[in-house]
Amino acid sequence: MGVGGAHDGSRNGHRPTARYSAFALFTRGLRKSPWPRAWRAHDLRPSYDVVIVGGGVHGLATAYYLAANHGITDVAVLDKGYIGSGGSGRNTAIVRSNYLTPEGVRFYDRSVKLYERLSADLNFNVMFSQRGHLTLAHNDSSLRTMRWRAEVNKLEGVDSEVISPEDIKRLVPYMDTSASARYPILGALHHPPGGTIRHDAVVWGYARGADAHGVHIHQGTEVTGIQVARDRVTAVRTTRGDIATPVVVNCTAGWSTLISDMVGVRTPVATFPLQAAVTEPVKPFLDTVVVSGSLHVYVSQTDRGELVFGASVDPFTSYSMRGSLEFIEELAGHVLALMPSLSKVRLLRQWAGLCDMTPDYSPIMGPTPVEGFYLDVGWGTYGFKAGPVSGESMAELIATTKTPEIIATFDLARFADGRLVGEKGAASVGH
Amino acid sequence: MILLPCPWCGPRNVSEFRYVGEPRRRPDVATTTPQQWRAYLYNHTNAAGWVREQWFHRTGCRQYFGAERHTITDEVRRTWRPEQAPAGAEPLLGVTDRAATTEAGPDAGGDVL
Repeated sequence: MGVGGAHDGSRNGHRPTARYSAFALFTRGLRKSPWPRAWRAHDLRPSYDVVIVGGGVHGLATAYYLAANHGITDVAVLDKGYIGSGGSGRNTAIVRSNYLTPEGVRFYDRSVKLYERLSADLNFNVMFSQRGHLTLAHNDSSLRTMRWRAEVNKLEGVDSEVISPEDIKRLVPYMDTSASARYPILGALHHPPGGTIRHDAVVWGYARGADAHGVHIHQGTEVTGIQVARDRVTAVRTTRGDIATPVVVNCTAGWSTLISDMVGVRTPVATFPLQAAVTEPVKPFLDTVVVSGSLHVYVSQTDRGELVFGASVDPFTSYSMRGSLEFIEELAGHVLALMPSLSKVRLLRQWAGLCDMTPDYSPIMGPTPVEGFYLDVGWGTYGFKAGPVSGESMAELIATTKTPEIIATFDLARFADGRLVGEKGAASVGH
Repeated sequence: MILLPCPWCGPRNVSEFRYVGEPRRRPDVATTTPQQWRAYLYNHTNAAGWVREQWFHRTGCRQYFGAERHTITDEVRRTWRPEQAPAGAEPLLGVTDRAATTEAGPDAGGDVL
């Protein structure tokens, strides 16, 4: 065994079961001893203090921070598939905080700060690469929004600046910044702390950290009903049996309406697929994230050299996660408008994830009229970026039953009260 | 990709159409409260399964019509003209006066499916 030791010993600290380090790798290599599983399977207990529905980055982060920050370890995370099989494994792994509203900027910036130290906190390399993030403006109105965002960002202490086409060309030499382009580039919002991260590693790191604190992760466990008595949550019905619990957290994306419907909480969510695609690997040539709202596309290059493309949501609501030919044709045309030299690069695959769009493009977080039923839903296209801060603030909300300041504005009641937090202007691409 | 059978033009690629959404009954503007109005604006059924919804044939006949679609498989099992809505379906939005004009119009009566 490396450092770390027995499982029970890890409950007092943040240290997972077997510590990952160069030294541990070396000694295990010499002894040829297998690594222990990063998280374990358990039998379903008849009751838990907290049941989290959805084993993505939000659910697992909530479980991890409940245990690590508040000492609440009698927690179950349920997923109907495997962990990270939903939005957490389908997004384009971009992290940024250059939002439009002060509330949004503060919230997503906290997430970037948590991501910055996540590898150390979880003892798991999440490969966060703060390579910079460029949002291109192809017309006056989007340039005006970029300036607006840059000023709001700077007031909140977030590094953002509008830069000229010459500066863009220096950062991305392969981009067509000429005036003769189909959609000439007038400028860009440059956000140096933005970048990409390995999204699977974030899920696995939180799962391993939560498991080390005693959280039970139940994969292949679908929630089929939630029991409510006198406006209080009492139990969760699953495909593997019933669980008595006073607290249920809806951390699902795509399926959040179905879970909320189980307790009769109506949310203003509409589910749209969002498609993405990846090319064959090529030599490294792109070390920033490039986004074009007008062309509905974002591009980044992975450490393996593949180009990852994302787009706006599909034009109609659906729970289908199939790709479409129209999407890939349109996407290819738009990518080539930005970088004509990619015309010979072949696509490897495409996929879709589900986005729960809200009327104001901000999430729905907090308690509901049903006591013990909490929402962490409505993430639209921003869910992955917000994983750590959502977990941290949802854990604080559940542990203290007081809504943390940083998420107070994202409550469900804002829709009935007319207090929307309009974040559409910070969407990567038009929707 | 799904094929959508336009009740006027027959099956066409879905990219020819614009999705309008689930038709909802608009509250009376004179008597509604702000809360009721916002609930009408924002809340969706967002069902996973068979739904009745409204589409617009953007690059074809430019007509509104109703459709029954499965939101998990994207299968469409029936579509209808506004005046032929099945029992229990919400009336389509923005086409309240259309029934009369369509009956008298040049394409009345003929089903080109």
